[in-house]
Amino acid sequence: MNHVVKRFGDVVANDRVDFSVARGEIHALLGENGAGKSTVMSLLSGIYRADSGELFVHGERVRIRSPRDAMQLGIGMVHQNFRLVATLTALDNIILGEKKQPWRGASWKRKKAKEISELCEQYGLQFPIDAPVWQLSVGEQQRVEIVKTLYRGADIILLDEPTSVLTPSEAERLFMTLRELKQSGKTIVITTHKLKEVMAAADRISVMRKGRMIASLDRKDTNAKELAELMVGRALNDAGEVPAGQAGAAIMAVQEMTVLADHGYRALNGISFEVKEGEIIGVAGVAGNGQKELAEAIAGLRSWASGTMTCLGERMEGASIRRRIDKGISLIPEDRMKSGLAGSLGLVDNLMLKSYRGNERFRMGVLRNKDNERWAAQLIDRFDVRTPSLTVPVRGLSGGNQQKLLLAREIDQKPKLMVAVHPTQGLDVGATESVHQMLLDLRDSSAGVLLISEDLDEVMRLSDRILVLYGGNIVGELSKTEIDKDRIGRMMAGIGDSEEAAR
Amino acid sequence: MNQETWAETVNRKIRARENAAHKPLFTFSLQYDPAKKGGGWWVPLLSIASALLLCAMFIWANGMNPFTVYAKMAKGAFGSSFGISETLVKAIPLLLCGLGVAVAYRISVWNIGAEGQLIAGAIAATAVTVYWPDLPGALYIPVMVAAGIAAGAVWGLLTALPRTYFGVNELITSLMLNYVALLLLDYFVFGPWRDPEGFNFPGTPIFSLDQQLMTFSGTRLHYGLIFALAAVVLFSLLYSKSRWGYEMKLLGANPLAAKYAGISVNRHILLVMLISGGLAGLAGMSEVSGVSHRLMYGISPGYGYTAIIVAWLAKLNPWWMIVTSLFVGGLIVGGYSVQTIGLPSSMSLMLQGAILICLIGGEMLGKYRLVRRGGSGK
Amino acid sequence: MDFYVFLIIAAISSGTPLLFAVLGGILSERSGVIFLGAEGTMLIGAVVSCLTFVQTNNLLLATLAALAAAGGMGLLHAFLCVTLRANQTVCGLALTLFGTGLSAYLGKPVAGQALAVAVPRIKLPWLESIPFAGRILSNLDVFVWLSFALVMLLYLYMYKTSWGLHLRAVGDNPATSDVMGLSVSVTRYIHVVACSMLMGLAGSYLIMVYSPNWIEGMTSGRGWIAVALIILAAWNPLYALGGAYLFGGLDALGFRMQLMDIGIPSYFLKMLPYVVTILVLMAVGWRNRNKPSVEPKALGIPYMREQRF
Repeated sequence: MNHVVKRFGDVVANDRVDFSVARGEIHALLGENGAGKSTVMSLLSGIYRADSGELFVHGERVRIRSPRDAMQLGIGMVHQNFRLVATLTALDNIILGEKKQPWRGASWKRKKAKEISELCEQYGLQFPIDAPVWQLSVGEQQRVEIVKTLYRGADIILLDEPTSVLTPSEAERLFMTLRELKQSGKTIVITTHKLKEVMAAADRISVMRKGRMIASLDRKDTNAKELAELMVGRALNDAGEVPAGQAGAAIMAVQEMTVLADHGYRALNGISFEVKEGEIIGVAGVAGNGQKELAEAIAGLRSWASGTMTCLGERMEGASIRRRIDKGISLIPEDRMKSGLAGSLGLVDNLMLKSYRGNERFRMGVLRNKDNERWAAQLIDRFDVRTPSLTVPVRGLSGGNQQKLLLAREIDQKPKLMVAVHPTQGLDVGATESVHQMLLDLRDSSAGVLLISEDLDEVMRLSDRILVLYGGNIVGELSKTEIDKDRIGRMMAGIGDSEEAAR
Repeated sequence: MNQETWAETVNRKIRARENAAHKPLFTFSLQYDPAKKGGGWWVPLLSIASALLLCAMFIWANGMNPFTVYAKMAKGAFGSSFGISETLVKAIPLLLCGLGVAVAYRISVWNIGAEGQLIAGAIAATAVTVYWPDLPGALYIPVMVAAGIAAGAVWGLLTALPRTYFGVNELITSLMLNYVALLLLDYFVFGPWRDPEGFNFPGTPIFSLDQQLMTFSGTRLHYGLIFALAAVVLFSLLYSKSRWGYEMKLLGANPLAAKYAGISVNRHILLVMLISGGLAGLAGMSEVSGVSHRLMYGISPGYGYTAIIVAWLAKLNPWWMIVTSLFVGGLIVGGYSVQTIGLPSSMSLMLQGAILICLIGGEMLGKYRLVRRGGSGK
Repeated sequence: MDFYVFLIIAAISSGTPLLFAVLGGILSERSGVIFLGAEGTMLIGAVVSCLTFVQTNNLLLATLAALAAAGGMGLLHAFLCVTLRANQTVCGLALTLFGTGLSAYLGKPVAGQALAVAVPRIKLPWLESIPFAGRILSNLDVFVWLSFALVMLLYLYMYKTSWGLHLRAVGDNPATSDVMGLSVSVTRYIHVVACSMLMGLAGSYLIMVYSPNWIEGMTSGRGWIAVALIILAAWNPLYALGGAYLFGGLDALGFRMQLMDIGIPSYFLKMLPYVVTILVLMAVGWRNRNKPSVEPKALGIPYMREQRF
């Protein structure tokens, strides 16, 4: 019997969390983004060290101070962002931690390859074993990760948000594998915020909220509604229907857009679409099917291989980033701290990022400090950004406040077209709602919004039209009335109905 | 159902253990905080002190009394009006080059070619005197200044272009160009420009008075000082008040965010290297025209490298650089003065390196903070 | 014929210190640490070697002393960059400045003093019968053979052993390596120190074989050329061989042409290696402009485990 109990004193991420898992079960750790699920996983796998609390494996009190300790106890983890060395082969990645036998000639490698192939076959996990990892698909990479933990002798396998990068059918396949693993006596813990998966796959469910463990339930004793309420902390009123937008004239038309990814293959394969004023176009798809490149190519951060982009009557595919900004194209980047904000600078400097070229910020080339501060204070007030002062480095703000700050800046620019990539990733419910409202308000002020998100529910709720991306192609386009989750799910997996694909 | 009971048992065990266990009052640990600014004003002072201590060991091992040596150095640099004016003279090129490299370092362009850019400026300024011997007197200084700045800027551009268009690491290019400039200097002073009446001295003829920068009465201190101070003021004003300054600040803080804001990183690299090279070129011009009054072999005792320390010691702040350039200038002058007691002047180079090492270490140590964790708090 | 034989021998002789330094640099950069202290470390290696030789008249001791002193420099770099997570570029610069100063200071008493070093040569008379190559290979000194051996050993080490796999993993993705139970710090410490020792060996070769008398700053940029060669060699020890001899050849060629007096001032011939370095790097950059870089992904980035704010 394995019991893992964990308590914390100081760290808010996990506040005195108790958590136990039984051998041979699939246990789902359910919670919203930022509820502290990943922290629990990281503590169990030795990536973080607990500030206080105790941990038991197989009834023994243990201390896990490093991933190596965890491995020795038979705990293996599959991270949300895979822990694979991209330049090494799958085989090398799997045997990376092995320290026996320093010399590795050809015969040794053959032996290992055989060993691992057998392991793969046993659980029905397939991937090319000798290819560099960066050439594998996301699903294959995940399989490499699972085999890696198995190869290293894990009994307890932790999977952090394993389905967030998979198509519905790939996810289905993953759960089959997990059930197989369970059958052979392994214990499995997954974290997720998707209720449907939990109900489909888990034996037991623990719910976390704001760093606390709320409840631990058997699947048969509960239902999706109860879980949702536990997760969010209040009775869930169905997220209200969003009224459709009033689509007007086209703002941007993209024709035959082809864009190359970092490794040189085609990330987007001659796609065409249009964004009209007053509508939100959702782009659905599993991560890595060209969404990132689409956003970057429109904003000018990535060059086009071919195709045209017409924006308000002007050809823009070769335009500089600056000209696009002047034209009213705005981007909410995927990773706000990586490219959207300068973490070490204060709020005023970050708000000026797009508008500093205008004469409102500078008088005769000299910074108008007083005016700018007043302007920034107004924006912060209007968009409800909570901050101790205007000068604190923005990296100290919470994720939600950072995102609101970013949106405040972009919306203040009165964009004609906004490309929003995962705009609510990692935000709590309140912040998510205000971001959604901002996007809707922007739409109603007759701007066009291109919403790229992996959260299918978000896309379906907000969009007036949905494009489904798969393998760099638009495999389907649905209007608001046609939206149907199963159908989109099929398209995301590349099984578009031929009629849609032909369009 | 079974599991619930187990969890309860475990919890009970833990509670029992907690009550029984002895609790320490508090424990301290060092925690790394990347967001923390590395220390305050005391970090540079402490680094200098530990560098002096480190080098004292080498001096002592060499059979000298480090205190005597340091006292000698301090006296040589700041102990007499001659020493002070010499220190000031050394501080001028250091300040100019230091500003130059600081401009580049602020956006992580690692220009270590100030030495070559300085030499290029010196050569170009001299070329004016060699090829236009009949210019109206009053024109010489402005033309030489322009030539020096332009040559330094071009030398800087030679570093920037491979970086922006070919992705070549600017560290290597700028350093290689230092050697090229040095060999070019040697070619001119040993070759075509050598003073025919100079008894084979590797240098050009002495400049005419029109070609020399004025000096403050009775000292060797020349008007290059004004260039340097003006550059400090300009630098700090531009940086804090102008659009360009804002762009630089953004580029320094997060280059990706700058790119996203439509700022061309490459254009800034080119610009920054032009400025950086231009300032070093100006330093070269003021050296030949204000100090040696001729182009000669070994015109720079490594000002371009030492400037890196000046910039870093001041944490790239232009006003602080006035102080640090004086300090480091003093080190150089002090280094000369210890030659009289049989120590090599490279003493000061060793000290400079040690100071920089200690400074880097100190800054990073400043990022650790003492944290009280666990225990009786809660 | 003779001209080419001598040219190649000269190229090997001036390429060998570069080769040692490049091999070292590859090790360090593969682990994810830029070591720009090459120039300073080579100088320290050279001066310590020289001083030890003057004292003991023993080549082996002189070489070992150089290794130890250079290793100390590497340890300092590793402490600052791995433990304290300082900026690797600035730290390497500081190390070079310090090394240049310290070596000048230490070397003052022996400056300009010619050393009577007899470096053992490995005579292989049976090779002499092979035309051309035989004459080159049959009379090389031990250091050169050591460098050949090192190239092979390091290649095997990097691609055929578990340690090499760990090294490549740490340099590309330290976070993953950490999770897999490899110690990022230990790997980096070991390879930075090994790197600096090889650079010390390069310095030792310079003074023991290449030009046996100490002059301030006698490496004249070789350390930096070595840093450039790492990129040219694409972080692979086998390619390092070619790169080092190419530059050794340029050096030798410049010197030969100077002797032949072809009318170009020697200053311009001496510029050759520096200018060619820049040009070659530009060519490499142009060729790779659209390709994913082979540079270790984590190069220059300090590793932090608990990266939480």
